[in-house]
Amino acid sequence: MRKTYLGEFEEVILLLVAILDGDAYGVTVSQELEQQTGRQVTFGAVHNTLIRLEEKGFVHSQLGGATAERGGRRKRLFTLTPAGSRALQNIWELRQQLWQLVPPHAIKPAGI
Amino acid sequence: MMYSNKPTPQPPRWVIRLLQRLHPTETLEEVAGDLAELYVYWYQQAGKRQADWRYVLAVFSVLPPFVRRRQLKQEHASNSFIPFTMLTHYFTIAYRHLLRNKATSFLHIAGLSSGMAVAMLIGLWVWNELSFNKHHQNYDRIVQLWQFVAFDAEKSSYNSLPIPLAEELRNNYPDFKLVSVATFNRESILAHGQKQFTKTGMYVEPAFVPIMSVKLLAGAANGLNDVRSIMLSQSLAQTFFGSENPINKVIKIDNKQTLKVTGVYEDFPGNSSFREVLFLAPWQWFVATNSYARNAQKEWDENSFQIFAQLTEQANVEKVSAKIKDIRMKLDNPPPYKPEFFLHPMSKWHLYADFQNGVNTGGLIYFVWLFGIVGVFVLLLACINFMNLSTARSEKRAKEVGIRKAIGSVRRQLIFQFLSESLLTVAISYSISILVVLVALPFFNEVANTNIRILWSNPVFWLSSLVFCLLTGFIAGSYPALYLSSFQPVKVLKGALKVDQSVVAPRKMLVVFQFTVSITLVIGIITVFRQIDYAKDRPTGYSRNGLIEVRINSPELNRQFASIKNDLFQSRAVVAFSESTGSVTDDYGGVTNVDWPGKSPESHPLLMANRITHDYGKTIGWQLMAGRDFSEDFASDSSAIILNESALQLMALKNPIGETIYWNNKKYRIIGIIRDMIKNNPFEPVSPSFFVIDYESANVMNIKLAPQMGTREALRRVEEVYKKYNPAVPFEYKFVNEEYAKKFSHEERIGKLTTFFAILAIFISCLGLFGLASFLAEQRTKEIGIRKILGAPVFHIWRLLSKDFVFLVLIAFFLATPIAYYFLHKWLQNYEYRTQLPWWVFAAVGSGALIITLLTISYQAIKAALANPIKSLRSE
Repeated sequence: MRKTYLGEFEEVILLLVAILDGDAYGVTVSQELEQQTGRQVTFGAVHNTLIRLEEKGFVHSQLGGATAERGGRRKRLFTLTPAGSRALQNIWELRQQLWQLVPPHAIKPAGI
Repeated sequence: MMYSNKPTPQPPRWVIRLLQRLHPTETLEEVAGDLAELYVYWYQQAGKRQADWRYVLAVFSVLPPFVRRRQLKQEHASNSFIPFTMLTHYFTIAYRHLLRNKATSFLHIAGLSSGMAVAMLIGLWVWNELSFNKHHQNYDRIVQLWQFVAFDAEKSSYNSLPIPLAEELRNNYPDFKLVSVATFNRESILAHGQKQFTKTGMYVEPAFVPIMSVKLLAGAANGLNDVRSIMLSQSLAQTFFGSENPINKVIKIDNKQTLKVTGVYEDFPGNSSFREVLFLAPWQWFVATNSYARNAQKEWDENSFQIFAQLTEQANVEKVSAKIKDIRMKLDNPPPYKPEFFLHPMSKWHLYADFQNGVNTGGLIYFVWLFGIVGVFVLLLACINFMNLSTARSEKRAKEVGIRKAIGSVRRQLIFQFLSESLLTVAISYSISILVVLVALPFFNEVANTNIRILWSNPVFWLSSLVFCLLTGFIAGSYPALYLSSFQPVKVLKGALKVDQSVVAPRKMLVVFQFTVSITLVIGIITVFRQIDYAKDRPTGYSRNGLIEVRINSPELNRQFASIKNDLFQSRAVVAFSESTGSVTDDYGGVTNVDWPGKSPESHPLLMANRITHDYGKTIGWQLMAGRDFSEDFASDSSAIILNESALQLMALKNPIGETIYWNNKKYRIIGIIRDMIKNNPFEPVSPSFFVIDYESANVMNIKLAPQMGTREALRRVEEVYKKYNPAVPFEYKFVNEEYAKKFSHEERIGKLTTFFAILAIFISCLGLFGLASFLAEQRTKEIGIRKILGAPVFHIWRLLSKDFVFLVLIAFFLATPIAYYFLHKWLQNYEYRTQLPWWVFAAVGSGALIITLLTISYQAIKAALANPIKSLRSE
């Protein structure tokens, strides 16, 4: 059992941090979320989730370099911690196991 | 990113400002950056309108309360909101701080403890007044019968009633569960063996005991059923019998006959309407021994007794009042004064005892409110001072705050530290205030005529004390805690802290507030005492010096008038002697059945009837305006009458001397007119009165002592004569002077209490002023130093520091004047005979306040002006 609960939205954001691989910060995570899932959420939701994930120890953050397009402000870059990647793996394995147990007729492909 | 000439798109400025103002500082930079980048992205994708909209939405989503705060990493961050482990530490620091700044601590503690003492005293008093009579088991259902009576236009209210009413209520009105007739409190001489005392008690019907739920300690509750019985209060039983069992012992009453003790009851408590009732004797016994009570048994027009009752549970006071209102008017021969009976519930006896023209107009409740408000104000003043002094010293403590913050204290911890300081100060002040209350209570009880004690054993007292301390601590400590802890460490440590006008302004407002309260109170005191003096200076119309009165307790004394008079003159201690019905300081009884030539038959005004003996006028020194005094040379004076000025005015007789007046179907001839004598309330107009000769019904001896003989010696000789005729009765006398002075006791009580509060309010206000002055002087040390070097004289510097305060006190004065005028004008309306509110009282109090202010400030101002400028300027 996982010790720290991970919500669905948290899981998605954590995955996005993993996908972005070192280039994850507020902007990229928001854009990636929109492009990959089509979900439009407020920036506050992304911001708060990143902070919460860090409190839970799944990501680690660091202030990165400033760029001109941000008016000289630094950005906070997020990377996965070992605990974070373990959590993602656990979830994936658990889903795999559960999929195996589903009888074939139980889930009918839609529209067929 | 390509460099382009096109200006970068900008989101609305107000949203940016909103973000900067409200977003938590720890994540502001990264979020603002992210949002700026996203704005450009949205702008390129969907245009300005969309981008603006999404930007606004995004900003709102990262404002409190939606935003999540990034926790700063702390080595020893505590998780609980109250850092318990730090509490002892805080108190240690607070304690050391108190010791280090002895002067400030003294000001703090002196101010707070006096404020708390006043609040506690007032609290105890209010509690005492509000809990009056509540100990009676049937508190909600006990009533006293009253009546409205109409004399001419005016309606008066009386709690003296006719006896047959009780019988009527018992027989025909099922709403009454129990009814008891009772006398008013009466003094009787009680004796057992050698022990003899004059004590106050009541004669009551047996139902009185269950109605008032009298708590019996020994004997039977139905003890008063026996006509020759008496019930004693525990304290009286103790004085007579000590530790012996009092039941079935005998007590001789008024030197007549003996009564058997059938019960001992717990003393009525200090906050009971019956607190002076030390014995209860049977009504039957009273009727058996008093002919006028016997005659009054069936007499509806003899209104001389009290009636108490207990209603049934379903009964409603108003409805029952309406039912019994017209009882008398439905009977035969309704009297011209049209009595209307009504019920006065026990819950209103004490606090709502005033009736005016037939309407219950409150009473003591007015003072409960007034003093309650004063108490809250005084406590508030003390708290304000504490705040003022603490914040005034903020500059000194700013560095401490800066260092603490730099080391890693968070604001919350600083708030707790300052609160613990104020709580410690409050705790010390509380212990001192308890001591003050202990010392002040006897004095306070005497002034307020109460019997208040600290309720040591009452958990409510301790609980409210605790709440009171915490509340005071938090109120007093809140402002310094929030203000001081908000300092920015960097600014403070750089020395850039400027206490600007916005911080000093509220403090100045508080000073204005304090002085407004003080000035109002002082104007109040002066007016109360002026009102008392005004009434005291009013001519009484008779001479009180050396005049004593002795109550006649046994009928033998009346019969021996001539020989007593002779013996008194023989003793040479007495220059005049007479007897009368009732004391010279009081109206004994009024009548409405007087007729005179030209009187309208519809009018039934109330006239005071005074029965006196010859020489009465000489004894009390009344002033004849016309005609002559009663004289033994005229046998016809047995049907002569003397009127006072008011009576003459009422009758409007052109040539009064020799006119005939009818009273009780008897003719009286007017032989003289005297000046009005104040016999009732010195604040009210004198009632129309008349005097007739009557040697039978006298109950007071009036004795004018010889002025050339020492009072003590004269009294001794008078006692000798008294004892000769009445050996069994203790000789008790009253000085008319003292009796008259008692008429002012209520007003004097208000005056003394107000003085007490005003002195404290002024004291507390001055402490506050002192603190603020020291702060401002400290603020301007460098300025003063420079001025001195440039040659400013001490006077100029003194003026510089004082003028601000003069201005504040002037504002307070202009605020206080209309407030004081409004309330005092209203108060004075209660008196027919009242003083004015002259402008000079206000002016005098205003200048007094100014002088006190200047004296208070001068100490600080002159100290600052005399200080060596080298010291203050060296650090620059």
